[in-house]
This record gives sequence, C-alpha cells and structure tokens, in this order.
Amino acid sequence: MNPINYLYVASLLFTIGAVGVVVRRNAIVVFMCIELMLNAANLAFVTFARINGNLEGQIVAFFTMVIAACEVVIGLAIIVTIYRSRRSASVDDASLLSR
Amino acid sequence: MSSNLIGYLIGLPLFGAAALLLGGRRTNKWGHISATALSASSFALGLKLFNDMLALPTEERAMHQKLFSWIHVGGFQVDAGLLLDQLSICFVLLITGVGTLIHIYSIAYMSHDHDRRRFFAYLNLFISAMLLLVLGDSYLNLYVGWEGVGLASYLLIGFWNQKPAYATAAKKAFVMNRIGDMGLSFAIMISFVTFGAISFDSIKEAAPQASTAALTAIGIMLLVAATGKSAQFPLQAWLGDAMAGPTPVSALIHAATMVTAGVYLITRSNFIFDLAPNAQTAVAAIGAITLLFGALVGTAKDDIKKALAASTMSQIGYMILGAGLGPAGYAFAIMHLLTHGFFKAGMFLGAGSVMHGMNDEVNMRKYGALRKFMPITAITFGLGYLAIIGVPPFAGFYSKDKLIEVALNAGGIKGYLFGGAALLGAAITAFYMSRVVILTFFSQKRWDDNAHPHESPILMWLPMAILAIGSVASGFLFTSGDALKNWLEPVVASHGEGEHAELLPPMTVSVIALTLVAIGVGYAIFKYRAESNPNTPENVSIFTRIARRDLMQDAFNEAVFMRPGQVLTKSLVSIDENVIDGAVGGVGSAAVGSGQLLRKLQTGFVRSYAALMLLGVALLLLAIWVVTQ
Amino acid sequence: MNFVLENIGKTATPEAVQFYIMAPLAIAAALGMLIVKKAVHSAILMAYVMLSLAFFYIAQDAPFLGIVQIVVYTGAVMMLFLFILMLVGVDSKESLVETIKGIRFTAITASLGIGVLLIVLIGKATFGFPANGLESANAGGNVQEIAYKLFSTYVWAFEVVSALLITAALGAMVLAHSQRVTPRATQRELAIRRFRGKSLSDAAGKPAPGVFARYNGVDVPALLPDGSPAVESINETLKARGSVRDPREFSLKEIADFSGNEGEMR
Repeated sequence: MNPINYLYVASLLFTIGAVGVVVRRNAIVVFMCIELMLNAANLAFVTFARINGNLEGQIVAFFTMVIAACEVVIGLAIIVTIYRSRRSASVDDASLLSR
Repeated sequence: MSSNLIGYLIGLPLFGAAALLLGGRRTNKWGHISATALSASSFALGLKLFNDMLALPTEERAMHQKLFSWIHVGGFQVDAGLLLDQLSICFVLLITGVGTLIHIYSIAYMSHDHDRRRFFAYLNLFISAMLLLVLGDSYLNLYVGWEGVGLASYLLIGFWNQKPAYATAAKKAFVMNRIGDMGLSFAIMISFVTFGAISFDSIKEAAPQASTAALTAIGIMLLVAATGKSAQFPLQAWLGDAMAGPTPVSALIHAATMVTAGVYLITRSNFIFDLAPNAQTAVAAIGAITLLFGALVGTAKDDIKKALAASTMSQIGYMILGAGLGPAGYAFAIMHLLTHGFFKAGMFLGAGSVMHGMNDEVNMRKYGALRKFMPITAITFGLGYLAIIGVPPFAGFYSKDKLIEVALNAGGIKGYLFGGAALLGAAITAFYMSRVVILTFFSQKRWDDNAHPHESPILMWLPMAILAIGSVASGFLFTSGDALKNWLEPVVASHGEGEHAELLPPMTVSVIALTLVAIGVGYAIFKYRAESNPNTPENVSIFTRIARRDLMQDAFNEAVFMRPGQVLTKSLVSIDENVIDGAVGGVGSAAVGSGQLLRKLQTGFVRSYAALMLLGVALLLLAIWVVTQ
Repeated sequence: MNFVLENIGKTATPEAVQFYIMAPLAIAAALGMLIVKKAVHSAILMAYVMLSLAFFYIAQDAPFLGIVQIVVYTGAVMMLFLFILMLVGVDSKESLVETIKGIRFTAITASLGIGVLLIVLIGKATFGFPANGLESANAGGNVQEIAYKLFSTYVWAFEVVSALLITAALGAMVLAHSQRVTPRATQRELAIRRFRGKSLSDAAGKPAPGVFARYNGVDVPALLPDGSPAVESINETLKARGSVRDPREFSLKEIADFSGNEGEMR
C-alpha cells in the first residue's frame, strides 16, 4: 500500500469538515467540524514526515495540536458567553451584521 | 523719409477706436468729433504721401515700411510690414476720403442715437482695418486686415442688436465671410508650401517657377476669398441682409470699401492669375454670373437699400469680371472700383437722407414725387444714377464701357459670353436704377399724411454733394490720357501684354451700350411714370416672385447647407448626450448597480460567508490544477 | 494522474490491513458526524474519528503523537466539548431543514470540487524519491528524537506556544467568568433574612429531597409535611426539559401494592 493513501484520507476528512462548517447550525457541532479539519491536516503532516524520513512533520503536528487545544478553549468560552446572553446556540441567530 | 509715415495711416484711426472704446461713456460728448478728425487726418496724410509719390520716378514709387518683426519660426518669417505702391495709394485715398465724408454724414445721421460714440469707434476701427488690408506687404498682413474688416462689418451690421433680426443678419454676414476666409487661409498655406514665403514681392519673383497646378490652386482659393468678402456668387446672400445696419455703414462698408476688398485681392495677386489661365477664367465667369444675378434681383426689390445692395453686387461683378480678364482688365476694374465708390456711396447717403426725411421708411412704394421736397438729395442722387447707368460724360460711362470693351476683346467664345453678359447687365442696370429713381423722386405721391418729407441738414447733404461731384468728374479725370492705366502699370503690368485683337471698335461698343441703356431707361419710365399704388402688388409673374426672393439663393442655402448642418448638429448633440454622457453615466449606474448586487452578499449569516470562502478555496485549487497541467 | 502506480515505497502488510479497515470507518464516522441530528451523537462520532487518527499516527512511526492525540484530543478536548454540550443543552435537536437558500448546494459543490481537486493534485504530485520511513530518524527512540528537535531547533516556537496556552487559559477564565451584580450576602445577612422574612415557616431551611419522600433524585420534587410537592425544589432545567417525575410514583401505597406488604417500612 502506498503511503499516499493517508493523504487521500486526510483530504476527504478535510472536505467533510469543510462541509460541516457550512451546513450545520449548532455552534458546537460547527466547532467540532473545525477540529476535524485541523486533525486532517495533522494526519497529512505525519504522513509527510514518514515519507520524507525526518521528524519535522511530527513536530509541526505537535504544535498544531497545542494551538488547536488553545483554540478550543477560547472558542467554547465564547460559545458559552453567547449562549448566556442570547439563550440560543445557533449560528444563524447572530446575524445582526446583515444589510 | 515719408515711408516712415505709412504706419500712421493705420495708427491714427486705430488710436481713435481704442480711445473711444476704452474710454467709454466719458467720451460721449466729443467722441464723434475726434473720430472724424482722426479719419480726416489720415486722409490728409494719404494726400501727402500721394504727393510724395508723384514726385518720385516710377521705379521708386513703391515705399516699404517694416513695423516690427512678427513671426520668426524656423523657415517661416513674416514681418509686420507695409507696402505703399501705386495700387495701394488709390485705395488709401478712396478709403480715407469717402470714409471721412461718411464720418461727417454720420454726425448728423446718428445724432439721435445714444450709442453714437460706439458707432464712431467701430467706424474708425473699420477704417484702420481696411487700411491695413490694402497696405499689408504679405498675404498674412493682408489677412489681419481682412479679418479686421470682417469684425468691423459684424459689429456695425448688428449695431442695433436689440432687434434679433439685425443680430442674425450680422451673424449671417460673418459666417459667410468666414467661408471666404478659409479660402484665403488655404491660399496662404499653399503659397507657403509652394514658395516658402508669403510676401507679395517674393511670390512675384518666384511665381514663374511654380507649377501651373499650384498656381491654379492658389488662384481658386483666392477667388473663394474674394467671393466671400465681395458678395459674389455663390456667397452673396449676406449682402441684402447686411442692410440691417445704419445707412452710413451700408454706404461705407457695403458699397465703397469692404466689398471691394475682393477686387483688391485679385488685382494684387495678378502675378499668380496671369500664370494660371484657368483660375483667371473662373474669376471672370464668377464676375459675369454675379453681375447678371445682382441685376435681376435688383429689379424686384421694393426696399431702397436692398435695391442698392443688389446693384452693388452687380457692379462688383463687373469689377471681378474685369479683373479676370488679365492685364488688359485690371486697370479698368480699379477705375470702376474708384468711380463706383463715389456714386454708390453717394446714392446710399442719398437713400439715408430720404429715409431720414420719411421717418426711416425704406419701402419705395411709400415714396413718390420726393424731388419737390428734397431737392438737394434728388439732384445728388440723380447724378449718381446717371453715373451708374453709364451716361457720358459721367464717371460710370468711362469705366463701364471700358470694361465691356475688354470683355468683348477677350477673344473667342469667352469674348462673346462675357461681353454679352456685360451688355445685358448694362441694360438691366439701367432699368432697375431708373425704377428706383422714378419710384422715389418722380411718379405720384404715395405717402400718407403723417409723413413730412424734408431736406436733410447740411452735415448730411454736404458729403452727398462732394460725392456727386466725384461721380461727375472722376471718370473723366481717370481716363484722360490713360492716366489711371499708366499710373497702375508698374503694379499690374497692364501694358497690354497678350492683348487680343479688338472685336469691335470702341465707338461701336459705346453706341451699342448706350442704346441698351436707353431701352432700359425708357421701359422703366413707361412702367413706373404714373405709379400710384402704395402697396406691393401681389399677382406678379413667377419671375418677379423669384427675383423678390433673391433668385432663391437663401432657399437653396437653407436647404443644402443649413438644414443638413442643423441635422448634423442635432445628431452630434444627441450623440454627446446619449452615447458619451450615457456611457459616463452608465459607468456610474453600473457601479451603483453592481454595488446593489454585491450588497446581497452581506447576509449576516456566518455560514454563508464560510460557504463563499469554501468556494474561493475550490477556485484556487482549480487554478493550481490548471497551471500545473 | 496516478493513484497507485506512483511507487514511492510500499508499506508492510499489517499496516495495509489496518489502514483499509480503519480508514473507511473513519470517513463514515465523519460523514455521520455531519448528518446526525443530536449534537451529542456528533460528539461521540468525533471521538471515534480522533481515536482512529491516533491509530494512524502510531502505525506511521509516530507513537508519541498517537498517545498525545488520545490524551489531549480524545481525552481533554472532547471532554470539554461534552461539558459545554451539557451546559447548552444535551437534547438540543437540530432540524435538517435548511433556512438559507442555496447554501447546501454551494457547500456540496464547493466541497466536491475541493475534494476532487485535492485528490487529483496529490495524485499528480511527485516526490522524486522512495519513501524513507522513520527507522533512521527514530534511531534513539521517537520520544527522545522529538525531544531533541523540540528543545534545540524549535525551542523558540515551543516557548511561544506555551505562552499561548497560558493566554488561552486566562482568556477562558475572563470570558466564562460572570460578574456578581449584587454584593455577596454574608452569613449574617442570610440568617437575618431567614428570621425576619414573611413567615417563620422557612426559617429552619427547607426539607431536602427525599425527607418526606422515598426518592432523593433531583428529578423528583421534594414533599412538604402535608404531602404536596415543594415548588422550590423543582429543578428549572429539568422542568423545561420535561424530565421532572411525579412523586406519587414513590408513595408508600404504590410500593405496598407492588411488593404486597402494606405499610411495611423499609
């Protein structure tokens, strides 16, 4: 089996995550899809590390994980704050910037 | 050295015009006096220069004066220079002499007009521009004067511009003159291209080496210029409308001086025309056509000024015909020009006097039997009339008969055509001028009781009298001993180079001419002797109707030039508004419209923004794929 | 465009087997995450995807990362998600009807485009050398090698990322913190309120759930001495969800009916 196949899997996961961001209305599910996209990228990095034979890819994947963790923390705090003031967790309700 | 004084001829009236125009209303009290005085001093200076010229031997009579170096661009060098030679001095004396007399006349004629000062300023401006025209030593200097007289004519025709019809007449004159001016511009340009210089002396020397085609082109262009300024066919329609100006203007500009500028131009360019026979034939043909045209129009006009204007058109046709007949004809054209200046100006002043006495009425149908009430006017007018129809020993007889002779002697079919036209014109001239005189001064009294015809004041009849003396005596003076012909010979080479054989002996020609004149006069007397109808008759023949409408020239001009021109203008305006402004405005509305469209993207939903970003990423990847193909 | 012919090396057979089983499942789980209505189900499926990714990492000679993935992502991050879901509404259902016109079509078209293009582009990419594998790079053990790299070449990034972590924690505290609007009542004030209130019936505090009833779950209201449910003991959230149960289910009489022992105390 060709290690490239991992890259195909990563692309598919990325695409699915992208669709999820656009299609789902619940803010938390949207966030989970974003995490999915980040994970797909991580998979790609690790695969590249394996193909190239050095550890740079793994280091980058490591940093990506850390950053993703920070992002989750802040993002969920924001969702909680919005939920507290608006009593709704739907992304469609925050549409005051329309024309 | 008297050549240093030439510039003053132009400068004195120019100074007068500037002083009166810039001084404004402060100069109202004495403006007319100063203008007349400056014009008279120009005349005095002209006399002095003439005197000096007489004392010089023939070869040295041409005096040059360089005022300043004007244009110095690469190979094109033009100085503001003046040339006073035998031809110019004739014109100088005519312009300043008749001009001064008309200034004196205007003091009385315009005494009730509170714009009198402006009138005199324009008159002085005209005198100086006309003098510049005849004194310029190159075509470009002549052009400056040419434009100047066009401007002065416009200002003076539209002097009473409160009336829109008069302002339109001034515009018409200016526009038609402009067409002629284009001809002069082209002539200057072609001369520069052909000869590299545009002064008369240098072209005179270089002319024999140029190609006939170039010379013919220059000649035709000069002819176009002359037809514009001198109201020849096909640019003659403005002269009748120009009678909207005050009568002194008609007398000075549209009888004696400005309209003769075309004749001056052709005569001055004799070295070109003599080498381009086709152009010369064209000149003669235009002259012949116009003299008949003007005569025919004059027979049907009831407005005394318009009848005299048609007569001017016809007489200038004679002069142009003479100038188009080569060295044999130039001198006689100039002679007719000078005598015409006397009698036509005199007749115009007389018409002004009649109008003054009849409360500014111009319709001859309302005159009649005025000789009893305005005797001096009648006598001076009558002398001018006798001169114009060519009765010996008055001035017109000598000049016109000589012209008919030269026309007949032109040889071949040309001789028959031009000579025949000139003779026919003489007959018709006799008829319509007699008609004018009979309707005005003889026949029955046709005016109603609130007209009180009276003689004019002395300031008006004195110039008329002086001009009448000129009408009587000048012809004899010019012809005795071939005085004028010999005087002009160094300029126009009128010593009979290439003179053709005489078709008829001069005596025969005179007899034929006088017979025709008598027939014309007799017919007019017969028709109008007992005229008592004060209204214009309506059921007249088709010819009279056509003649009343200027032989349909205005109708033709309107249909062929004016209406298509208006259509073109309107279409250009609509293109400008709809296409160009529309495009500009369209850009604006397109921007607004696209802005409205793009507004719809701002939905406020985060998801739609995310969808757009996805779309962008997809397009980016597509681009990468395409590039790496 | 080559899918399999591009030979940059072959993996060992066990890895191939693992891949061909887990990859389709992971993709199916991701799709499921997209489609299911309840948010909690999405979270569970997400956790499954994380786990399979951890397997992939370990299979590709990145054991450290695999364990970190399980510990951090599946452990901490997904737990965080579930906590927040609990706060926001575990049962919150989302209707699958789309409200914004054209979004579904745009999203599916764009993502299909992205997917296809990515796969095509990856297929065309050439690496120019056979896959090396990480045997040499992991010579001193994966963790040690990563540690060497992390603390020498990437130490600056490491420090910055740690600062970022601290900032994130502070940020979360600031955002989730709710400010008291009124000053906190001290114990003395609470006591004064109890005894100077409208009536003395509440002075001793209210009975806890289960005191007069036979059930002490939060979803059953407490009973007052006269047997009626205490309104103040009903949990608002559960009431909004409709999960509150009737205390009469647990009355003595029914239990007696059930067990056949009348009036017997347990």
